[in-house]
Amino acid sequence: MIKIAQLSCGTEYSAVQGEIENAAETVGAKMVYPDVNMDKIDKAVQDFGFNPHSPQLKLMIARAIELADKNYDADAIFIATCFRCAEAALVRTELRKYVQEHTRLPVVTYSFTERTKAAQLLTRMEALVTIVERKELLARERQVGLTAGLDSGSSTTKAVIMHDNEIIGKYWLPTTDVFSAAETALVNALAEAGVKREQLEAIGTTGYGRYTLGKMFKAKLVQEELTVNSKGAVWLAGKQKGEATIIDIGGMDNKAITVRDGIPDNFTMGGICAGASGRFLELTAKRLKVEITELGDLADKGDHTKVKMNSYCSIFGIQDLVTSLAAGNTLEDVAAAACHSVAEQIYEQQLQEIEVRHPIIQVGGTALISGMVTAMEHTLGERPIVPPNPQYIGAVGAALLSSGLLG
Amino acid sequence: MKIFIMPPNSLILYDLVERFGHQPLSLMGALKDRVNSKEIEAPPLNVTLDDVKLGLKYAGIEIPSGIRGRMAIYGPLIDQAEAAIFMEDAPYSFGCVGCQRTNELAKLLVRKRKVPILSLEYPENEDEAKVMVVEIKEFLEELK
Repeated sequence: MIKIAQLSCGTEYSAVQGEIENAAETVGAKMVYPDVNMDKIDKAVQDFGFNPHSPQLKLMIARAIELADKNYDADAIFIATCFRCAEAALVRTELRKYVQEHTRLPVVTYSFTERTKAAQLLTRMEALVTIVERKELLARERQVGLTAGLDSGSSTTKAVIMHDNEIIGKYWLPTTDVFSAAETALVNALAEAGVKREQLEAIGTTGYGRYTLGKMFKAKLVQEELTVNSKGAVWLAGKQKGEATIIDIGGMDNKAITVRDGIPDNFTMGGICAGASGRFLELTAKRLKVEITELGDLADKGDHTKVKMNSYCSIFGIQDLVTSLAAGNTLEDVAAAACHSVAEQIYEQQLQEIEVRHPIIQVGGTALISGMVTAMEHTLGERPIVPPNPQYIGAVGAALLSSGLLG
Repeated sequence: MKIFIMPPNSLILYDLVERFGHQPLSLMGALKDRVNSKEIEAPPLNVTLDDVKLGLKYAGIEIPSGIRGRMAIYGPLIDQAEAAIFMEDAPYSFGCVGCQRTNELAKLLVRKRKVPILSLEYPENEDEAKVMVVEIKEFLEELK
């Protein structure tokens, strides 16, 4: 069983410890708590170089050092502290850097509220387990045979048919009912590929609806989107070797993933507010009365500096948008400001949690909005690579990885 | 009298308060019923989401959940306190709350009650420990 070492403060008093353990159990892992001799805590804090006032944060540091010194055996690390605690946020960030520097264990950080539920942690825990358990599968660089990938996302459902490392059919549509959307996507992708369903050797599913689709389509591979999307992104971008950072701005949440040879070694996943996701861009397009596909070109013609917008909350973001339009700003400037607002949120919330490596690959449906890519370029100081078909990363990753399970 | 002890899980303070004829208000007592309750399923301490909401009485919604959850347990003890003993800079083995922000808030709330408080520095040697016990004894006897 995969052992995930928990370094945390406040989970037992925030009524979330049970949720963390449930999430781990669901993905076949168990949380473990590195043993620390009390006498070692002060020395550990001294060696670490940051002395928090809270004893439980000191214990977190000592536990991390036990892991780094290999005095305690674990396969992955989960670092969690209370949302809004400044002292804990400092320790969480610095500990994450420390364990990445001193161990090869995959790590994920999380700031929880009392409302945190196992379902919110599931994708992160599953990704930790996948990285540990399926390293060989994740290292696969070529798709073989005839396989399909289904990505049931929060906004859209995508299907891809691949044959011997080439995409031969693809289709996407808005997600309504999870199953019927996937069925429609698969039927259309198969038609484009000119193959019959019975000919498929394997199906892989990913995204929010992966479990439902996995059962319905008798999928060989049912896997969370962090590892699957990474694989799809590096395959589409032709960057399977070496390091890269993947920025995946999805319909409901964002992911920033660092990879080495196509295998994720660190990731963050947003989700506190939709203001930093593709959904905010959809709301913006709707309010500007343009199609989402036109928003990017509109934004490219605008000047974001003329409009003040902060979409940390999508409702307040739209309020800013309405105010800006009322003040006489052009649609172009407002569209540019909306894209910049999302880019800034990604920078502030996701990219601060990982070590940005180059090249930067931008994927997800929002990568098709050129104004969004321009906004990321302005924020990061370099233009991200946008591979062809960036919205199909999940489906491509699922098709590719499922081919690795063929007998 | 009911004496709030800080750290609230200090076995030594608990024992001294009881020994000198008062009722200690301790974390162990507050958690005992929860941990033994078969109806609550929120391991390890059986602090539930409802408790964290109850903590709002003592700390606002912008305060981290861990502080509110702790205050849901300590707050009602503080509300009953007729006197208090604070041990400053105590090591982990003496008793530990885990969160320094909660410690500070708990002490503030006790001070606001204007009840008698004995603040002590953690003894570094046997002589200081003896002095500490005498100070606690005198403080508790004066309360009677």
